[in-house]
Amino acid sequence: MTQRQKALAIALALVAAAATVVRVTAQFGVPEIAFDSADPLKWPANIHLGEAAGVATNSKGDVFVYTRTGHPTMTFGTARPFAHGGSRLFQFDRTGKFVREIGQDSYGFLVAQQLRVDPQDNIWVVDQMSSMVIKFDQNGQIQMLLGRKSESERVPAVAPVPPAAVAAGGEGRGGGGAAAGGRGGGAAADAEAVPVGRGRGAPGAGAQSDVFNGPTDVAWDAAGNIYVADGVGNARIAKFDKNGKFIRSWGQRGLQPGQFNTPHGIAIDAQGLVYVADSGNRRVQVFDADGNFKTQFLNVGTPAALCLTRGSRQFLYVSNSNPPTDLDVNGEIYKIDLSGKLIGRFGRAGKLPKEFDVANAIDCRVDNELWVGELGSWRVQKLALRPPN
Amino acid sequence: MPALLRRACSLLFVLSFVALNASPALAQAKAKAQNVPEIPYDSVPNLLKMPPGLYLGEAMGVATNSKGHIFVFTRSANTRLFEFDEKGNYVRELGEGSYGFEFAHSVRVDPQDNIWAVDEGTNMVIKFNPEGRIVMVLGRRPPAALGMLQSPSGPPPPAEKYTLGRPTDVGWDPQGNIFVSDGYVNHRVVKYDKNGRFLRQVGSERPGSEPSQFNLPHGLAVDLQGNVYVADRTNNRMQVFDNNLVLRAIYDNIGTSWSVCVSPGPHQYLFTSNSNPNGNGPGTWENTGEIYKMELDGTILGRFGHASKEFGGFQVVHMMDCRNPDQIFVAEIESWRVQKLMLKPQAAKVASNK
Repeated sequence: MTQRQKALAIALALVAAAATVVRVTAQFGVPEIAFDSADPLKWPANIHLGEAAGVATNSKGDVFVYTRTGHPTMTFGTARPFAHGGSRLFQFDRTGKFVREIGQDSYGFLVAQQLRVDPQDNIWVVDQMSSMVIKFDQNGQIQMLLGRKSESERVPAVAPVPPAAVAAGGEGRGGGGAAAGGRGGGAAADAEAVPVGRGRGAPGAGAQSDVFNGPTDVAWDAAGNIYVADGVGNARIAKFDKNGKFIRSWGQRGLQPGQFNTPHGIAIDAQGLVYVADSGNRRVQVFDADGNFKTQFLNVGTPAALCLTRGSRQFLYVSNSNPPTDLDVNGEIYKIDLSGKLIGRFGRAGKLPKEFDVANAIDCRVDNELWVGELGSWRVQKLALRPPN
Repeated sequence: MPALLRRACSLLFVLSFVALNASPALAQAKAKAQNVPEIPYDSVPNLLKMPPGLYLGEAMGVATNSKGHIFVFTRSANTRLFEFDEKGNYVRELGEGSYGFEFAHSVRVDPQDNIWAVDEGTNMVIKFNPEGRIVMVLGRRPPAALGMLQSPSGPPPPAEKYTLGRPTDVGWDPQGNIFVSDGYVNHRVVKYDKNGRFLRQVGSERPGSEPSQFNLPHGLAVDLQGNVYVADRTNNRMQVFDNNLVLRAIYDNIGTSWSVCVSPGPHQYLFTSNSNPNGNGPGTWENTGEIYKMELDGTILGRFGHASKEFGGFQVVHMMDCRNPDQIFVAEIESWRVQKLMLKPQAAKVASNK
């Protein structure tokens, strides 16, 4: 995909994401989960959290935050503008004490998108603008890179073309506990408008490689295979072995099972099933390890962030995040079991504690202890859930 | 004269005519108010003591807190926010490297001594607590990729509740409701509750010159009754609204209202600056540059200051602080400085009685 197409695709997806304002209706009978919120991270005086795109903990309870902060900068070389900076990665200990910064001035830190810690306590950073996935070991050394940052940027980027209309209601959405309300006209209207990458393949299918276009999240199966949600510009899941060798990718832009509109989060359960937050299509899709569609959950609104708990009985937390343009819709987080059954919900959109303002990241390593990172309000909340039993 | 040269000359003439009439000339207005008493003042010399190696750029915002500390929001290589004590000694920098700082426009301190910075480059209003930590933000900085897009052509999109278009200023009523003037892209004033939830707005994404419309709302202040005073800059007027943003009055005898300030205390005063426009166009220094002191009802009490690059004069006043109505801080765009003016209002009274 060319620079121009890439910028266009990213712009379109962002516009579409901003326009996706759909209320979740008919959530009658979903229990409210009581919870408390705390703000335990103690920041050095000269460091300020910006948009908290990614937050995750490691096995020791250390907390990592990948944030959009500082000054995203464009410099001019020959005739080409070069993008630098705009995001930073910080580590805190379990008490919230600041430990250190990791990856200072990294070439790949432009627009923070997500952060995850793998079972070996490696720290994985996903950057949307550099289209890179960066693996740090627990000492903060880079161990592996997926994707490559564009050498230069195109400024001004081309203006987005009007989104092509998506055939509304083109598929049956009524069955299987589809409580997420009717398809809004503006939802995921970016489908089919994004140019086909390099003139081959289906729209959003991307290249059969680790060339990403606005990746959003990363996950691993028990064998250490790496799955990348890709993402904003593309609409696919890419799978690599534990050494980063490309295995396969699946998906393209669209509404059908196995197709995506801004796959925004990914998680893998103990059986190796792959859960994808297909936010533009307002569903969670479930695949086997080879990308075969298994089922979908239509009852969680616009899933922007998701987290899968550990332990013998696993649950999913899914955020129906509000769009940046509106504080008066959505915002709640759902707890569902792996059959898609709603267990409970909590929170709403807002800037106060116990409210969420464009939640983008959830960490759920410890039962009933969640870390939530938000883009709209510049904060990380630590939640203590108080389930009924 | 060869035809081509003639055509070029006439084109040049037209262009210069357009330039003179369209750019700085429209941005200034001689105040209609006549025979306004001059209020004498002194400017405190060497007010801000900058540490070695630290410089002010364009001084966009100035505000004081309850202890008299002075906050200055400036466009340096990066936009930066500095704090000085009441004597002008440097205390600290706030929001160093913040994602919200790109192009300074205004800083204000609320009654609880929280510091609010308005940045028209990131489209954000950023609230710092007195300790200097960010505790709330309004608006959203467009992500870097989106920021590289060309400005869309055609009519502006409808103003959103929670995103801002080059906002200019912020104020609060006694209940803590937040008012934002917004701005260069939108032309409206938005009221949020104290938790940042949208309540209502006046104006829209489109400029207009009718009552309750704006053309570049450039500053605002709120009195203890909750009335909102808006510097409607390009319309060369100030508009006054009640707490529900219903129009109460228009003051149009004060030239171009660039910035407004309302002093606290039992008897509140209103200040507005008819700043000389950027660029020092012909005639601008003669016709503009003064600040007016008024009653809240619009009665003009006096005027002070004049356009000048010299110390004591003003070179494009961008913002005022009037916590003490006899000690006015002014931030100037083009002289990169902040002055503290000690007014002598009694002397003005004598002068006007002569």
